[in-house]
Amino acid sequence: MYTPISTVDLVKQFHSVLPKDAVLDKDEQLRPYECDALTAYRQLPRLALLPSNIEEIQAIVKICKEYKIPIVARGAGTSLSGGALPHADGILLNLAKLNKVVEIDTKNRTATVQPGVRNLAISEAVKPHGLYYAPDPSSQIACTIGGNIAENSGGVHCLKYGLTIHNILALKILTIEGEILELGGKNLDSSGFDLLALMIGSEGMLGVTLEATVKLLPHPHDKKVLLAAFDQIQKAGDAVNGIISNGVIPAGLEMLDQLTIQATEMYCSPGYPSNAAAILICELDGYDEELETQVQLVKKILIEHQAIEVRVAKDKQEAELLWLGRKASFPALGNLTPDYYCMDGTIPRKHLAHVLESISNLSAKHGLRVANVFHAGDGNLHPVILYDANVPGELETAEKLGGEILVLCVEVGGTITGEHGVGVEKLNQMCVQFSEAELNTFHAIKAAFDEDGLLNPGKAIPTLHRCAELGAMHVHHGKLPHPDLPRF
Amino acid sequence: MSDCRDEIASKLHDAFQRKQALQIKAGSTKQFYGRDIQAEALSLTDHSGIIEYEPSELYITARSGTPLREIEQTIAEQQQILPCEPPYFGATATLGGTIACGLAGPRRASAGNVRDCILGTEILNGKGELLRFGGKVMKNVAGYDVSRLMCGALGTLGVLMSVSLRLLPKPACEQTIVLALDSSTAISKMNQLANTPMPISATFYDGHELYIRLSSSLSAVEACKNEIDGEIVNNNDMFWTNIKEQTHDFFNSDEPLWRISVPPSTETLNISGENVIEWNGALRWYKSDADESTIRTEAERVRGHATLFKGNTTNQIFHPLPVSSMKLHKKLKQVLDPVGILNPGKMFAEL
Repeated sequence: MYTPISTVDLVKQFHSVLPKDAVLDKDEQLRPYECDALTAYRQLPRLALLPSNIEEIQAIVKICKEYKIPIVARGAGTSLSGGALPHADGILLNLAKLNKVVEIDTKNRTATVQPGVRNLAISEAVKPHGLYYAPDPSSQIACTIGGNIAENSGGVHCLKYGLTIHNILALKILTIEGEILELGGKNLDSSGFDLLALMIGSEGMLGVTLEATVKLLPHPHDKKVLLAAFDQIQKAGDAVNGIISNGVIPAGLEMLDQLTIQATEMYCSPGYPSNAAAILICELDGYDEELETQVQLVKKILIEHQAIEVRVAKDKQEAELLWLGRKASFPALGNLTPDYYCMDGTIPRKHLAHVLESISNLSAKHGLRVANVFHAGDGNLHPVILYDANVPGELETAEKLGGEILVLCVEVGGTITGEHGVGVEKLNQMCVQFSEAELNTFHAIKAAFDEDGLLNPGKAIPTLHRCAELGAMHVHHGKLPHPDLPRF
Repeated sequence: MSDCRDEIASKLHDAFQRKQALQIKAGSTKQFYGRDIQAEALSLTDHSGIIEYEPSELYITARSGTPLREIEQTIAEQQQILPCEPPYFGATATLGGTIACGLAGPRRASAGNVRDCILGTEILNGKGELLRFGGKVMKNVAGYDVSRLMCGALGTLGVLMSVSLRLLPKPACEQTIVLALDSSTAISKMNQLANTPMPISATFYDGHELYIRLSSSLSAVEACKNEIDGEIVNNNDMFWTNIKEQTHDFFNSDEPLWRISVPPSTETLNISGENVIEWNGALRWYKSDADESTIRTEAERVRGHATLFKGNTTNQIFHPLPVSSMKLHKKLKQVLDPVGILNPGKMFAEL
């Protein structure tokens, strides 16, 4: 499939268009790129390239097109699904140097940024203007906007403010043909098909993002954080329904089960009620007068749903403490176990009790503990399977259990991935979620943009013949790349 | 109220075999939107009915031929709304036509576009194959986002069978206030207000007066009303219905009506003719006899695009696409409708 060209010759080609130090070919230079945050999968790329402007990216893509060299673009490499896993025959296109905020347009409430700009850096840059960029994946301190676009990243606040797709206004995309596509604009719609929607979440398989214009929002007047404890997980689930049925859309609404509560208490003592079967953390934001009405309403609903305790954070400090345990859930669970595997299925919330019970049955069947932490408002589950990779067979059992949980999510009308992406991890479950005709449509769309299959080949969409082996987000003894990053 | 998927699929399959172009129809309220085409009618009217409605999950799934009225009435009983506030342009408007046209109403700037509330779709492609994309949950990143691609594609990429939409709670209180301002001040006022956390859900400028709708709790609406300090508009709901449905006096005209989409803070455009403004300035309607190229050039100058919404004189309705983009459009059309039988030419002659 790929034109035989020696790596030496390929290096020569890239040296003609890039500074010498932007072409990495030595083993020790390539090692940092061998995996993203899904460390179970490792692969050295043939070369890694570090362009510093659009012209250099264009030149790289032209060479790759000519010699049919696969391209895997990478931002910060924080993907939990192996989206940035290198290709053995390909180049790793590191976009980290394209990290400039090109324009802040306060009049139109937009920021135009290069793909390597970090998610949080956007909000920091526009803070003086009272504005921010809403999507906040847990890795936002490190992850880049280019990666967010590839994965259609979510976060804690997407119940109210939407995913990446709801917050990107325009993209400048380089096609494998070397053409620049300008999709969307600072206006609110475009002529023709909605290619912007198609591009977001396409896991880097349809084009290379050169620039993005994001929507900025004014900071809400104020926010309030509530905590409610329940003696049954079902009551907590019903309370979530109660809140939303009563016309309240919280900025964030999170649930932790008993195992997670105990783990976080041991880890960072957030002061969660230790006798609770489940707790809810609810963040409300809005205009002052509206906020007060909502806090009272939510409090009333929680009590009606037999919460055994309801707390409203008095100040910012207490609010942060309430969030602390939730945000530390994964490292806290990591303390209970040598290894864990985090799933990302999403379900319609009415099936919550059934799904949690089934997870508990699967857990008993396979003999591995499963903790449940999730974005309760939007039904995005993060079941965390605790295992020990040093016990022969446990890794495989964890993967099997994880796979069965995802199939369960699809069975109740949900999806295998709410925000982490398919990458290389969930190729197998894609076969459960989509029919042959649907997968064929995906492949044909890929071919419409990239006939030779050079952009991030092998990711996101399984071939019909090969519903690949199941992978995972494995954290071995806490040795995750970016161990400093929160994951929630 | 029935499921006609099999029947429609077999009609499509047959048309695919015969390479017979089809014109997808249901309520025929938005037939005017897009290019005039001649083709055999494919009716979706009977393929109707709400399949699933879960108020506490904020979604509804309905067949494409379901009257929009039925959907809005059903969700209104649970105090919920379609966030994009889509126009009907006639009593028989259906869900399918609403999604295919992708036109949003006054709430667009604050609550998002039609495509923003799409969670999933089930479609028949140009071969009559039934395909499902997306789902019922808000967070779903499995596979390419083909369901949102259907929105605004005017039926040229697939025949919608059912759609799942995200809903929002109906605001507890809505009130409108009005300020007398000149055009330039009105545009900057709208954008200045959009930079604040005030719960503004719609704006409209008629050339003399700026109308601002506030949607929130009663106490928040009261507080903002005092802060903006304008006159109160009495018949709030009727006022915005007239804007949305284009029954406002401005739209009562035989002149060509241009829909110009621009960055919101764009100054007044150099286009002759009466105009009104929506969406914090991002949507400009012009009644204008100016020639097409003048209008399109002016829209491009401000990095926007122009659609000949009504008064089809040229059959060039939508803003022409750059060559590279059109090339991709054609390829995508080929993927989903290989023999080109679904509303061919409805959007662009080439598609």
